[in-house]
Amino acid sequence: MNVVEEFVDVVVVGAGHAGCEAALASARLGLETVIFTVSVESIALMPCNPNIGGSSKGHLVREIDALGGEMGKNIDKTFIQSKMLNKSKGPAVHSLRAQADKAEYSRRMRMVLENADHLSIKQAEVNEILVEDGKITGIKTNSGAIYHCKACVLCTGTYLNARCIHGDVSVYTGPNGLQAANHLTDSLKANGIEMYRFKTGTPARIDKRSIDFSKMEEQLGDERVVPFSFTTNPDDVQIDQASCWLTYTNEKTHEIIRKNLDRSPLYSGMIEGTGPRYCPSIEDKVVKFSDKNRHQVFIEPEGLYTNEMYVGGMSSSLPEDVQHDMYHSVPGLENAKIVRNAYAIEYDCINPRQLDATLEFKKIHGLFSGGQFNGSSGYEEAAAQGLIAGINAALSVLGREKLILDRSEAYIGVLIDDLVTKDNREPYRMMTSRAEYRLLLRQDNADIRLTEKGYQVGLIDEARYQVLQEKIRQIKEETERVETTTVGTGEEVQKFLEQHGSTLLKSGSTLGELIRRPELSYEMLAEIDKERPELMRGVGEQVNINIKYEGYIKRQQKQVEQFKKLESKKIPKDLNYDEVGSLRIEAKQKLKMFQPLSIGQASRISGVSPADISVLLVYLEQMRR
Amino acid sequence: MRADTIAAISTAMSNSGIGIIRISGAQSFEVADRIYRSKNGQKKLSKQKSHTIHYGYIVDGEEMIDEVLVMLMRGPHSFTAEDTVEINCHGGVLAMKKVLETVIKYGARPAEPGEFTKRAFLNGRLDLSQAEAVMDIIQAKNQYALKSSLGQLKGSVLKPMKELRSEILYQLAFIESALDDPEHISLEGYPQKLMEQTRQWERKVTELIDSFENGRIVKEGINTVIVGKPNAGKSSLLNVLVGEERAIVTDIAGTTRDTLEEHISISGISLNIIDTAGIRSTEDIVEKIGVEKAKEKAEDADLIIYVVDSSTELDENDDAIMEMLRGKRAIVLLNKTDLKMVTTEETLRNRIEHPVIAISAKEQTGITDLEEALKEMFFHGDLSFNDEVYITNVRQKQALEETRESLQQVENSIEMEMPEDFYSIDLMSAYESLGKITGESVGDDLVNEIFSKFCMGK
Repeated sequence: MNVVEEFVDVVVVGAGHAGCEAALASARLGLETVIFTVSVESIALMPCNPNIGGSSKGHLVREIDALGGEMGKNIDKTFIQSKMLNKSKGPAVHSLRAQADKAEYSRRMRMVLENADHLSIKQAEVNEILVEDGKITGIKTNSGAIYHCKACVLCTGTYLNARCIHGDVSVYTGPNGLQAANHLTDSLKANGIEMYRFKTGTPARIDKRSIDFSKMEEQLGDERVVPFSFTTNPDDVQIDQASCWLTYTNEKTHEIIRKNLDRSPLYSGMIEGTGPRYCPSIEDKVVKFSDKNRHQVFIEPEGLYTNEMYVGGMSSSLPEDVQHDMYHSVPGLENAKIVRNAYAIEYDCINPRQLDATLEFKKIHGLFSGGQFNGSSGYEEAAAQGLIAGINAALSVLGREKLILDRSEAYIGVLIDDLVTKDNREPYRMMTSRAEYRLLLRQDNADIRLTEKGYQVGLIDEARYQVLQEKIRQIKEETERVETTTVGTGEEVQKFLEQHGSTLLKSGSTLGELIRRPELSYEMLAEIDKERPELMRGVGEQVNINIKYEGYIKRQQKQVEQFKKLESKKIPKDLNYDEVGSLRIEAKQKLKMFQPLSIGQASRISGVSPADISVLLVYLEQMRR
Repeated sequence: MRADTIAAISTAMSNSGIGIIRISGAQSFEVADRIYRSKNGQKKLSKQKSHTIHYGYIVDGEEMIDEVLVMLMRGPHSFTAEDTVEINCHGGVLAMKKVLETVIKYGARPAEPGEFTKRAFLNGRLDLSQAEAVMDIIQAKNQYALKSSLGQLKGSVLKPMKELRSEILYQLAFIESALDDPEHISLEGYPQKLMEQTRQWERKVTELIDSFENGRIVKEGINTVIVGKPNAGKSSLLNVLVGEERAIVTDIAGTTRDTLEEHISISGISLNIIDTAGIRSTEDIVEKIGVEKAKEKAEDADLIIYVVDSSTELDENDDAIMEMLRGKRAIVLLNKTDLKMVTTEETLRNRIEHPVIAISAKEQTGITDLEEALKEMFFHGDLSFNDEVYITNVRQKQALEETRESLQQVENSIEMEMPEDFYSIDLMSAYESLGKITGESVGDDLVNEIFSKFCMGK
């Protein structure tokens, strides 16, 4: 039989948010790359909520952008509303969230892919991975075509053996009724890859014309929109924004749900996959938080050129008739026409501990993976992994040193470290509380943290790198200047302080000392800071944060030093833990299971005590000698 | 690999002639300078040559702690190959404790079990052949410390600590879920509430620290079990021992009847008499709970006091007890010597290796001999405190102090009107510090608490 046979550098399987970043990274590094998708129409699809960003997810988008990824640029061009969350709180938890025009988001990303050099798009289901001697050699499609490759990135999202369920209706499709990928799992299993089965869900979509918005609270975007991408000019994102709407469930809604729980596939046992706890279905919320008499419901537009509205907060897998009653019990939705029913989706993913921190399979050289396939959830988590997997696939083909971000450098580092070292049994979502050094990992300094790395990798061009260098220089100089510039007790200064409810000065003070006062900031001081130079965008913000939170920042930097020390103590891959006599049995089992790459990683495994770590250090020293 | 400076008592914790406190790490000399005063008050230890000995005092500010000899060893020419200071102080338990506490107050931290040995190996001071032994020591010492650290805490103390810890976790989870999902959970007016809560916690922690200082929290004495047949005179012995003239009794409120313990100090040696409630209520440990149970108790004890009624014949119960005593530290008391002696010292000495002392609890004779015998055992190392147990207590107290500091930092942040996310940094530190005492690590506690207590998002 004659089949197509092609030779490329990198194959990317799946064109969701992970696949797009992976393919673009690889192609932009000059490698011949093919991206496979079951449907070209589903490139960069947003099958669930219409948002990009959100608490800690906004950080991920910023980091992707700082490394040279596409997501931030894409949402800046296609958003219809934007908000900086947590603005009243500390800078570490400020987070951008935008409403996307879903169709536009997809369309623009597809255009970027179509026009990228070295990248081709191929509509086909990938059935098999081809592995020889523990090394990836290619893939085989449904039609038998073979693509030989040097590296492959799997980003199959929720498509593997996907099944969508509501009530007793269950269909074997991917999201939005798209074709599932029903063969690849077998090939992966045959190659010794351990699979999990996870579940997630999405709420109904409702026809805008059938909603009574007068019973809801309008939710507006920020007056001044901040872009995601460091390369986007803020003036370009000041658009007319769309509104979202807030309403609430009530006792009647909860009663309908409670009465029909026995018909929920989650409770009847029809769904076996593990769902996320942070994104519970409405039936889960009603059961678990029975003391709450209402839950928030956000009605959000899916785009500018559609009447479909997303019903945030009410995902469900209850039968159609129950969904009908349940949605209609919510104020403003009494006559709502449901365009798409809510459903739960089950899919195959891997146990991500089979990966190392570069997102390469420990046992199959050249095979990488990212996104929901790795047991995460969320567009941003997917894109972040896709980017790293794509970069590393490319770097491994080029024979260059791979990119690993650690927990002290990026949320992406936290995300990947958690995935590859922890026992993760539900779709993993990023949260700011997962980042122990979050004061250092702010969304406002993602460029300072990561753009140099993006430049070294080759995804950031010289011009952008030079701009960053200049910004860093200005931050340093300006910080020094305000720390050493004093203001006297002149009338103008005292008047300024009085105006802002700040204690008057008894003697001279540096500008830095004034910035440290809770009621003042760098920006406000412009009035009395006569010699303030013209500075680049973002410099003032960094100066303000560096000075205002200096004590805390220094403390975290100290912790990071300690962390780095442990992280730099590498553990050889072939270490036989059975030979380390003094390890406790539990520690041995856990270490064998997780195969940590460093002492730092080992110390984060639950069940490994500080004493076990000491023993391991002594053993490694013994080996070294 | 860690540059921080550690300290521990490196001699046995017994009332011997000298005790040595060892400090090791980059800051050893600095720490020593802060607490050392030479005779003329001028000498700086950091300016002195390596491998020299200096006479002087350990002081805490103006307070003189002890008269000492300080030995200086600069790395790599020391056991750990780090800068090391050894303080030779008076050998009393109290003196050693106070010197160690001062060292820690001025910048060292209590050493982890086996940490000196670990450092010595990692710094190349011990050769390869010793690696196995080093690993064993670390593991064994840690296991022991872990066992004793919880065992050392009274149940009445552990419980409030665990409660405190879970209260902190709850507030942490609340803040974090509000940060994660600001549109669902509001922090409006929260700082004031947290302030109240934190002040309460701080008060509790302070109480705990105070009780550490009074020694009410930890059992530092010699775990002693009194065994003997019914009516041998165990409780009258106990009454004599706890009599006001010669003993101090600490009765800890909140401990339950059946685990009540008496703490007795005889010539500076503290005994924890275990299971006295049982003895008192039944007068009979052997029959009531059986030889097996007594064996079990005796297994964990540092010292067994075996009371024999000299006015009766030895029987099979005594045989069983004597069998049990074999190879253990024990003192045999021949009681009721005021009555007609049926069983003599002679008989017992022929049958048992342990010291035998004739007493009369009723007439209060022979008690001085018992004291002498105890002192003999104690001073000559037959009996000693385990230094690991003591340093565990120091570590626990240190952890409580860290907890308090973190809580104060939270209050500080609230007063400074810092944003709410800053509170969680220090709340997490407090949570971690308390975990060091209760032996619980952090792991995914926070994330789990968030999901189980707060209704999140979409």
